[in-house]
Amino acid sequence: MNIVVCVKQVPDTESPRKLKSDDNTLDRAAADGVINELDEYAIEEALLLKEAHGGEVTVLTMGPDKATDSIRKALAMGADKAVHLVDDALAGSDALGTSYAIQQVLGRTGFDLVILGAESTDARTGMLAAMLAERLGVPQLSLANKVEIDGSSITVQRITDYGYDKVEASLPAVVSVVEKINEPRYPSFKGIMAAKKKPVEKLGVADAGIDADKVGLAGAATEVVDFADAPPREKGQIVTDEGDGGAKIAEFLASKKFV
Amino acid sequence: MPATRHLPTPESADLIALTREIAAKELTPRVDAAERTGTFPREVFATLGEAGLLSLPYPGRYGGGDQPYEVYLQVLEEIGAVWASVGVGVSVHALSCFPLLAFGTDEQRARWLPDMLSGTRLGAYCLSEAHAGSDPAAMRAKAVRDGDSYVLNGAKAWTTHGGEADFYTVMARTSDEGARGISCFHVPADTPGLEFDRPEDKMGLMGSTTATVRLVDARIPADHLIGQEGQGLSIALAGLDAGRLGIAAVATGLAQGALDAAVAYAREREAFGKPIIDHQGLAFVLADMDAAVESARATYLAAARLKDAGHPYGRHASIAKLVATDNAMKVTTDAVQVLGGAGYTRDFPVERYMREAKVMQIFEGTNQIQRLVISRHLARR
Repeated sequence: MNIVVCVKQVPDTESPRKLKSDDNTLDRAAADGVINELDEYAIEEALLLKEAHGGEVTVLTMGPDKATDSIRKALAMGADKAVHLVDDALAGSDALGTSYAIQQVLGRTGFDLVILGAESTDARTGMLAAMLAERLGVPQLSLANKVEIDGSSITVQRITDYGYDKVEASLPAVVSVVEKINEPRYPSFKGIMAAKKKPVEKLGVADAGIDADKVGLAGAATEVVDFADAPPREKGQIVTDEGDGGAKIAEFLASKKFV
Repeated sequence: MPATRHLPTPESADLIALTREIAAKELTPRVDAAERTGTFPREVFATLGEAGLLSLPYPGRYGGGDQPYEVYLQVLEEIGAVWASVGVGVSVHALSCFPLLAFGTDEQRARWLPDMLSGTRLGAYCLSEAHAGSDPAAMRAKAVRDGDSYVLNGAKAWTTHGGEADFYTVMARTSDEGARGISCFHVPADTPGLEFDRPEDKMGLMGSTTATVRLVDARIPADHLIGQEGQGLSIALAGLDAGRLGIAAVATGLAQGALDAAVAYAREREAFGKPIIDHQGLAFVLADMDAAVESARATYLAAARLKDAGHPYGRHASIAKLVATDNAMKVTTDAVQVLGGAGYTRDFPVERYMREAKVMQIFEGTNQIQRLVISRHLARR
């Protein structure tokens, strides 16, 4: 089975994250880059599926040069090879442009299964899986917390507010995963050494057959028009219990739609 | 603030990143509770072993990582920065593997080393006795040859991992010829006659078990002798220099952890209308702490590079152990001072760091013994 995992390098959520004031895009140089957390679960799931069913796991990353750190980590965890789509023309791409660019690369690598995290911790649009499936013309199985493969059919448990749905489709397909799905492994030192010898193919926009007009900031269909710092957290509300404390708390929770 | 490191290869940089990730996700969440309750974290050593962190300085043919000490010690420092007990445990495990690696036969190495380096079998090192600490040649534990076996009797004190380890590297007397009458043995934990006293009730490093190991007619096959009969003390001495570097690295990590906690607090806490780090009196204390941590790191790395290049490094190892542990004592004490009353409570980790630093001036050769070693080198003509 040919499994492709889409891995995005994002600013470390532990470090301060900033937008650039000149073009309202993320300042990727300002913070340390790490693998988007949900993508680590996607990598782990791909490795588990490979261990159970055989095949090959390819890491696909679109991002600047320093995203190679994330690629090396994914390879050290056990992925077999990587494709790094890197080109200045891609900077500022929105979800639509990104899904188009990744579709073009997937056309080259081929795939039976594409796995990715359900959203990234930076842009948090959570739209890539759906856009990608639509562009590729294959089924999308979203928010999976369990994946099973039987021949050419795939079944996932899709988490919902009330439990889970069981969703079935035939391969090839796109699956997005949530953090309940597994426990990502650590790389090992042997994995780090092995990663040095694994192939990493670097592609530019032209190599991948991507129309440069459809990607990057200029090709984006959406625009961040303004941004502001998050307001400081407001003081909490203190409920004094005068015999009706329980009711007041229930009222508060209801007002926030928790109950 | 993570330590600034210049690493020799991209893979060693990845290795430090891996160590920091495991430290943050596996050690940090466990350390407070384990140190408070005196719980030995065996599962942590399994995790470190699986990640390959227990095998770094050993040859690849035995499952090791072929890494220079310069890299291995920085990994150890990162572990020590989060959990000193585990850092000490890793260093002691390395010390207990050393005699087999350096003096064992090919057959012995093939048989035991892979499980030791993968962390499947955790080691302990039995050299000291109650009356023979700084002077190991005064030891009394005996090993008597009996046909195809040795029968061991005696008590080995201050054994890190005593009662928890899977094997014990034991020095015992095979003849009365003083320093030349000592031999080294590989003693599996399930050997009948191996008994353990109640663990010591210590001032710090509560997550690291320390106990007296008693050998009561403990019988092991004769092929568990490592090296030659009578070679034991020179085997022990040969491992000491590397062990001292291990403790220097752990002490440096401990001091870095204390510095980080003190700086974080001093940026937050305000007095007289501004953060206390902006008051020069306190800022200079922090500057001195930083200088002490960086100079300790530079000192152990200088010794490690000598070792890696194959030069004699005994004097430098003693200097590194002396400087790093004395600095750690000073830095952790000052960290308590920076936090003031809060630092003296168990709500903050710095009082624990201070308790942990003290023993580093004592074990792996007291700092008085380090001065003795250094001065004897100077007196050689």
